[in-house]
Amino acid sequence: MKPKVAFYWCASCGGCEEAVVDLGEDILAVVEAVDIAFWPVALDFKRADVEALADGELAASFINGAIRTSEQQEMAELLRRKSGTVVAFGSCAWLGGVPGLANLYSREEIFERVYREAPSVANDEGTMPEEETDVPQGRLTLPAFFDSVRTLDQVIDVDYYLPGCPPPGHLIRAAVMALIEGKLPEKGAVLAPDVALCSECPRLATKPEKPLVKGFKRPHEVVADPELCLLAQGLICLGPATRAGCGAACIGGNMPCTGCMGPTSRVVDYGAKALSAIASLIDSTDEEEIAALAGEIVDPVGTFYRYSLPASLLHRRVALARQGGGSE
Amino acid sequence: MSEAVVEQPFEPRIVAFFCTWCTYTAADLAGISRMEYAPNVRVVRLMCSGRVDPQFVLAAFRHGADGVLIGGCHPGDCHYQQGNFSARRRFELLRATLRDLGIEEERLRLEWISAAEGDKVQRVCNEMTEQVRRLGPLRLSPVPHPGSGASPVEELVAGEAR
Repeated sequence: MKPKVAFYWCASCGGCEEAVVDLGEDILAVVEAVDIAFWPVALDFKRADVEALADGELAASFINGAIRTSEQQEMAELLRRKSGTVVAFGSCAWLGGVPGLANLYSREEIFERVYREAPSVANDEGTMPEEETDVPQGRLTLPAFFDSVRTLDQVIDVDYYLPGCPPPGHLIRAAVMALIEGKLPEKGAVLAPDVALCSECPRLATKPEKPLVKGFKRPHEVVADPELCLLAQGLICLGPATRAGCGAACIGGNMPCTGCMGPTSRVVDYGAKALSAIASLIDSTDEEEIAALAGEIVDPVGTFYRYSLPASLLHRRVALARQGGGSE
Repeated sequence: MSEAVVEQPFEPRIVAFFCTWCTYTAADLAGISRMEYAPNVRVVRLMCSGRVDPQFVLAAFRHGADGVLIGGCHPGDCHYQQGNFSARRRFELLRATLRDLGIEEERLRLEWISAAEGDKVQRVCNEMTEQVRRLGPLRLSPVPHPGSGASPVEELVAGEAR
């Protein structure tokens, strides 16, 4: 009998699902080797089908997306119970991802913005989502929306991590094949090369020994030279702090790395390391000039923690207003 | 707001990263000279302020520091020529990042203190202790783990508001 696998999505955009579909004909080799027992985006199996499985009956579950709602948590816990191996698939499951930037706000602020303030909202009655609503036909329920976005391994035990937004096809194939052949590395491993992206960047030869800049530029402000190291051009490229494995795809498109492959294994807090790497570019020893150049970086949290705020040491923004003596 | 008076008066915990060549020597001088200053500062001695990885600062906050002080040699005096400039560059970016993450600016401070400035160690440690004391404890929401419950922030806030 072929091993059973499941794919599931939590707080994500669907890009990880797309990455699986993008395997193209290779997916046939996967289907050849395994039975897909659950994949809501593509196949008509229901939660009850998963519940009907014996514990551990799934060889592996590939779960993408961060955890924001009670439904996602329940599904993650259910799949954990039913699976021998759980792979956190993509940046959101591993580190929190872009949805994790919501940890800059409280749930109240998010609801206020989304259901009242946003210019595109027409909500004169001020309707807000409720977990339970009584209607003539009975009681309707919605999943709870948690205060914070969590990574998958902050909710369930995770065996492996596939990085990327979304994970590159060759890494997905390698992971699935390793799983089928029983050649997985030790538990907790990130299934990608453990070196910085610069090492596989086609522009490595043009990277100065010590890149120094007198100002930072954002991608929309310049047309970058397509051959030259982006750091040397004053663009915030996070390649030095980011794990390799994507083949420098964004740089191939003349765009700087934004760090979706996450940190290498020696790093505890990705954003802190990304911040260090970019700080080292500042070409000044004058304190005022250093402060001015640092000030050119718009949205430092969104830049350095774009994919990893929930996994960071601070996990989320500090709830200042609620602290006695807070300054806001 | 501040009706939830804690029984024990709040004593700030400040972690200080001092370079061995200047600021740590200055702290030594302050001690030898019998200068009194706030005992709230726990000094970690490093070879250079340039060794202060922003991860150290974040880890200090995560593990209970209410403030972090970094001390290094004055510009031009770094034993390694450039280390204190590296510290300054990282400090500026880290400060901006922490601001957006809701950590008050006064909780992170960088000071140049030469080996002769024992009195500056005394003044800076006292000042920072008082500033952080006024801010109150830094209450980070716990990092969740499997089984830790869903809404740590809400619990924290609810617990405080009562």
